[in-house]
Amino acid sequence: MSCKLYVARSRSVAARKLGDETLIMSGRDSTLFTLDEVATILWEAADGWKPLEEIVEEKICREFEVERGEALRDALALVEGLAEHGVLLLSNEPLGEPKLQGQVER
Amino acid sequence: MQDLTSLARAEITIEIGGVPVRVHSTNDSFLGMLERRYAGFVTLGSHAGFEFDIELAESGSGDADAELRVSWDSGQWRLERGDFAAEFNPLTRRGRIRQSPNPYSIDAVFRVLHTLLLAQEGGFLLHAASAIRNGKAFVFAGVSGAGKTTIASLAPADATLLTDEISFVRKDGDHYAAFGTPFAGELGKPGENVCAPIAGLYLLEKGPLNHIAPVTAAEASRAFLANVLFFAEDQELVRSVFHSACEFVAQVPVCRLTFVPDSRVWEMLT
Repeated sequence: MSCKLYVARSRSVAARKLGDETLIMSGRDSTLFTLDEVATILWEAADGWKPLEEIVEEKICREFEVERGEALRDALALVEGLAEHGVLLLSNEPLGEPKLQGQVER
Repeated sequence: MQDLTSLARAEITIEIGGVPVRVHSTNDSFLGMLERRYAGFVTLGSHAGFEFDIELAESGSGDADAELRVSWDSGQWRLERGDFAAEFNPLTRRGRIRQSPNPYSIDAVFRVLHTLLLAQEGGFLLHAASAIRNGKAFVFAGVSGAGKTTIASLAPADATLLTDEISFVRKDGDHYAAFGTPFAGELGKPGENVCAPIAGLYLLEKGPLNHIAPVTAAEASRAFLANVLFFAEDQELVRSVFHSACEFVAQVPVCRLTFVPDSRVWEMLT
């Protein structure tokens, strides 16, 4: 990746974590998506403020013994796929405001 | 003096899931047809939750297989399909239906109306058969061919059929209840107009033996959502239905029920 990529959860979807999986329904066309454990970690970390490569490094590589380049390629494919369906927003600039320390996301 | 018979037949009130919907028409034979089709759901009470004026077009006009579109426009819900057009205002609780004199168009309007009302209160119309036994409702969800009519037809004599096609599920206090509907499937028989607390939701699958297996919450939610009827192009309501479905599967036991066409399957349901 030549520049940083920021990912944020779309406000037009509904999501619910059930066990290790996350179900997401698009409010646009009612399409239902299922995220597995790793994708759920990416989804939860997609606050629009932390770059994707940092998320992958901190949340995926450390947790799952996976090579950084491979993990980043997989993560990129996932977020681009979800962005095509309006589930995630992608930008080369930070999206939204950073979370304050201790702030709980609703 | 006005003819009392025609006055009495100028309207009919059909109550599904405790929501009385009154329809007005100047066509006496059309109202008679509705009275027969919705027998058991026709009520004589004076209260109406919604009222519709029906304008009848020529018989056979329009394509009932065309795609149904439900949209929100200028404070009204608009429903359009090849064979009918309707609109209603949820605030005034009044609307109009333009259709040919067939029972299927108004059936579709009723289904859409109830999905919209239920979506606002955590309920659903489901592709599911349901029946009451021993004071408890059992709901059997599945796509066409999964066995909804079969399981309904295997119900023992002491069971009360709520529907073999479209189940009406609504929150009732701290639990969910299933109500009878007139929406019949292959059985060709409307349900009884009664309700009971839901004991369980069974995801139907035909197989070589009768077997009940647990499912994960995610699997239950996916299967449940796949069977929810919802037509409106409305992001807020879609999100609301999604969260309601997750609430439902968190509260009601959901299992996968594999069954052979054998009435003994009912003895496994408690």
